[in-house]
Amino acid sequence: MDLSLITFVQILVAVIAIICLMVANAVVMVYVERKVAGFIQRRPGPYEVGPWGTIQAICDSMKLLAKQIFVPANVDLVLFFLAPVLAFFPVLLLFLPIPFGPYLTPWKTPDGLVLILAFAGFGVLSNLLAGWASNNKYGVLGAARAVSQSIAYEIPLMLALMAVVFQAGSLNLSVIVEKQGWVPWEWNIVTQPLAFFIYLICLVAETNRAPFDLPEAESELTAGFHTEYSGMGFALFFLSEYANMLLVSFICATFFLGGYKGPIIDGFWWTIIKAYAVMVFIVWIRWTFPRVRFDQLLNINWKWLLPLGLLNLWITAIIIKVVN
Amino acid sequence: MAETTRTIVPQDGIGQAKSELLPPIINLRPINWFFDINRAMSLWPVTFGLACCAIEMMSASMARFDIARFGAEVFRPSIRQADLMMVTGTVSKKMAPAVVRLYEQMPAPKFVLAFGNCAISGGPFKFEGQYGVVEGVDKLIPVDVYVPGCPPRPEAILEGIFSIQEKITGFRWWPKAEEIKS
Repeated sequence: MDLSLITFVQILVAVIAIICLMVANAVVMVYVERKVAGFIQRRPGPYEVGPWGTIQAICDSMKLLAKQIFVPANVDLVLFFLAPVLAFFPVLLLFLPIPFGPYLTPWKTPDGLVLILAFAGFGVLSNLLAGWASNNKYGVLGAARAVSQSIAYEIPLMLALMAVVFQAGSLNLSVIVEKQGWVPWEWNIVTQPLAFFIYLICLVAETNRAPFDLPEAESELTAGFHTEYSGMGFALFFLSEYANMLLVSFICATFFLGGYKGPIIDGFWWTIIKAYAVMVFIVWIRWTFPRVRFDQLLNINWKWLLPLGLLNLWITAIIIKVVN
Repeated sequence: MAETTRTIVPQDGIGQAKSELLPPIINLRPINWFFDINRAMSLWPVTFGLACCAIEMMSASMARFDIARFGAEVFRPSIRQADLMMVTGTVSKKMAPAVVRLYEQMPAPKFVLAFGNCAISGGPFKFEGQYGVVEGVDKLIPVDVYVPGCPPRPEAILEGIFSIQEKITGFRWWPKAEEIKS
């Protein structure tokens, strides 16, 4: 690996651009989520603050910025303030190997998927630290749930992505996109429908979104691992949640939906459109399905998704061996 | 922002809220004005209902009245992330310590809306010799806006939120009901 000056500058520029993307994405997605929730429940959603409520998310973020940061008694101060930062910053790294466009890849590394899967665990670590450090029983319970859920769902997620990797023969995300065509029946969603289905369930569980939002289940644990966080600590958790959503949507678009390929002309706009379609889908299922119980959540994973993922991987391997 | 300084009549055995409002570190008028408007436009209530008036609070957040239009539909389950506490219903003496503790746990720019006659004065439960009900939540915690009614209609809760917005920013943001000609 040659880390020349040009690569370094390229990564630096990419990191700054990704930070802007993450913050802008959070502001847009807060608005989109509340609006979509409103439409699903037959009400207009945010409407009066700005034209059609467009500056609602900015008002919320400014309010959270000026809110008192409350530190409860007997917390572990270092971990308490480290956890939101740790939730936010490792997500930056995960955007680096994603091919946004044919020429717009922050870092073209041959081991892109390994990088993503290796650093995806940091989100869970931050949830665990947040729950543990805040000296709150709901926090600890939420953190324990977050850990068991994320560790369980990382396995079928990896198996689903490995099936695509077998097919493409590379861990490089740009190569995986290049192997797909621009029309929908040349995408991996057609050749790997089961893997896509497993990945779709796992991405909802990995990002702790409803119906799998057990770590912050409002009806049982007050707010789960971020019960004691107010102001910007809470805002950073919110930001990292939307950044994680954006990340899994981009991976979904890259692996299954043809990435930057599309009709007329290839480019980053197709990646963005596909990723945001997946994001709206995640929001849609959040406001449609009720929350599952925790034993149901783990049963879905260990009894269904994991065997199905293994079976899918096995069949893919056999077919590839036979065809070659 | 209008400060809530009010002497609270102590109730025996319950205790009342102690809270101090520190002055802002950067006390400049345009900055305060800017943040006050943002605070007024995103009042997140806490998921907290004491009695039947809470049904009207739920009704206000549903499709017909839709509190979300004014950015106040984010009901936070944790009090640390909420700004507005709607005391909806009868405050019994057994519940009073919990109400006071919830108020004390809320981070600083915090507002209280006493919703319904019971929360304002004890309502129908105020009579000679009663022993179980706190006669008005303002004996426990400072209240910003009172919304009368038994129970108040969901429009009244919207009006209460407008009054809190007016109290924060010193400006009435939305037209009054009697000014609108249908």
